[in-house]
Amino acid sequence: MTETIKTKFTCRDVRVHYGDFEALHGIDIDIPDRGVTAFIGPSGCGKSTFLRTFNRMNDTIDGCRVSGKILMDGEDIYDKNLDPVLLRAQVGMVFQKPNPFPKSIYDNVAYGPRIHGMTSSRAELDNLVEKSLRRAGLWDEVKDRLKLSGTGLSGGQQQRLVIARAIAVDPEVILMDEPASALDPIATAKLEALIDELKERYCIIIVTHSMAQAARVSDKTAFFYMGDLIEFDNTDKIFTNPGNNRTQDYITGRTG
Amino acid sequence: MTDTSFTSEAALKRLKKRRGKEWRFRIWGRAAIGFALAALAWLLISIVGTGYTAFQQNFMTLEFELSESVLAPDGTRDPEKLRGANYRRIVQTTMYELFPEVTDRKAKQELFGLTSASGATNKLRQMVYNNPELIGQTINVTVPASDQIDQLLKGYIKRDTDESRRKVSDQQIAWADTLKERGVIKKKFNRILFMNPDSRDPELAGIASAVIGSVMILVVAFVLAFPIGVGAAIYLDEFAPKNKFTDFIEININNLAAVPSIVFGLLGLAVFLNFMGMPRSIPLVGGMVLALRVFPTITIATRSALQGVSPSIVDGALSLGASHTQAVFQQKLPLAGPGILTGSIIGMAQALGETAPLLMIGMVAFVTEVPNSITEPATALPVQIFLWSDSAERAWAERTSAAIIVLLVVLITMNGFAIWLRNRLEQRR
Repeated sequence: MTETIKTKFTCRDVRVHYGDFEALHGIDIDIPDRGVTAFIGPSGCGKSTFLRTFNRMNDTIDGCRVSGKILMDGEDIYDKNLDPVLLRAQVGMVFQKPNPFPKSIYDNVAYGPRIHGMTSSRAELDNLVEKSLRRAGLWDEVKDRLKLSGTGLSGGQQQRLVIARAIAVDPEVILMDEPASALDPIATAKLEALIDELKERYCIIIVTHSMAQAARVSDKTAFFYMGDLIEFDNTDKIFTNPGNNRTQDYITGRTG
Repeated sequence: MTDTSFTSEAALKRLKKRRGKEWRFRIWGRAAIGFALAALAWLLISIVGTGYTAFQQNFMTLEFELSESVLAPDGTRDPEKLRGANYRRIVQTTMYELFPEVTDRKAKQELFGLTSASGATNKLRQMVYNNPELIGQTINVTVPASDQIDQLLKGYIKRDTDESRRKVSDQQIAWADTLKERGVIKKKFNRILFMNPDSRDPELAGIASAVIGSVMILVVAFVLAFPIGVGAAIYLDEFAPKNKFTDFIEININNLAAVPSIVFGLLGLAVFLNFMGMPRSIPLVGGMVLALRVFPTITIATRSALQGVSPSIVDGALSLGASHTQAVFQQKLPLAGPGILTGSIIGMAQALGETAPLLMIGMVAFVTEVPNSITEPATALPVQIFLWSDSAERAWAERTSAAIIVLLVVLITMNGFAIWLRNRLEQRR
């Protein structure tokens, strides 16, 4: 079944250095276009670093270097002629801690469309904001207080607002860096239900510390350890019949 | 062997020691705060104690006969000619008429000394200049009493000192008391202090030119230092490459903030006055010198405000495809705003109190006119205080303290405004 889905990202020998320290030692992986890919592994294994190579957020870190090849739909995203600003419009990101702008809910969602000049009229922008909030499953909760500050929402709502903000730019990929780690179980459940809906439209890559979450939301799972990709396979296979002993040890709680 | 039980004798002893340490630290803290408060209270009490009386002054309401034979013997009504008329004579006549029994020449001179000679003549001259029709009329005018009489009636000149050791004679004391009883001399709110420029006579001296000068200097300093300081901070923090050279610049900016301000004065003297040939004593140069003084403070405050903004906000903007400049100016800078404004206001408050650099560029001049533009000679409030504090007469001490009170009130207002602004802007987040 997975064979019918085309590949979104093709990574070959991806290495990331922070100064002299090599954080990733040559990763080869093909991320499918639809569905959820989960990155798991113990702290410091490089999974977040790897996630941030897909929208070149590592560029903002001093002394960080990425080598190897990452192709998105066959195009090299580290090509010199490619502006990371345009890449990031196609590859949205949700962070560990909800980070809505300290502005109104409306302005949060409208920020991306505004800087990219995506809408030509106020009505169009209103529509886009509503559509994005609806897709993020937040519309019914905030439709009466769009003018209120985004930081006044609960943690789970803030995280969904951030997702709505990312969706508004109409990306193809959404990267999620431990999106539920600051949320309570109920908000987490809502977020996971949202991820389930979004995966029909977007390529989602999620980094998570919770193996249960990876098992619940993802279609494919990649296990990282000490800067290496140990195993990458369908999620049910990884969690029921891993091919590698270290994966086995990690998911059963013996390491990490 | 150590006893690890929490209730053993050794453990209780350790606990007592720990408690003792905490108790001593608290005592030290309270002592330090008490000392600071006592010093502040002492300062305020001594300044307000000497200064508050200057907000009132003794004035004489007198009847002046503006006789044509004295002022315009040739019958002219030309205001320019009337400027040079003998108003002193009018004042003398009025003063002598207060006590007609005085005939002795020396006594007459003492009698004339009760009023502020230049205060009264200047006022009459101005009135006649504005309205020559007054000639020939008799008008009631309120003029300041002389500074010695003012000080006497305020109780600063002691009546029980020997006559030879005070500037007011026994006869003058008697006259002053009589005039007070008659209601000629009255204590009133001292508008002169706020409305007049500097003067040789303490009873006519005010802080108007100094206050206007200070405001002009601050405006110039702010207009120059704020954009430069904030711009430098944003560039250094967000866009400059991190290398040895920018480290060097950073160290230098931090050092600049600690350079004694008189050095900036010398720099201003060398560059603005000697090299660029700008005039001395003008607020424009004062503001430029103080801009140099304040801009490192603004830069440092801005950088710490920028560093206080959570990086996740910038990450959020970048991840949506905002350019670095957009992320900084649209998301980060508004959040750093309160910190930047607070730092800038405190920087301006520092500038308001600066004296030394202004002395170097000639703002210590004796300025008897309120400046109308930033290129006219002016002085500044702290410099005015310095000038007055240097004068010997008793009346100057009172006015010096009054000027200090005004300066302190402005400083407290500025700092209070900074705190209010910060709280208000932070609430909006």
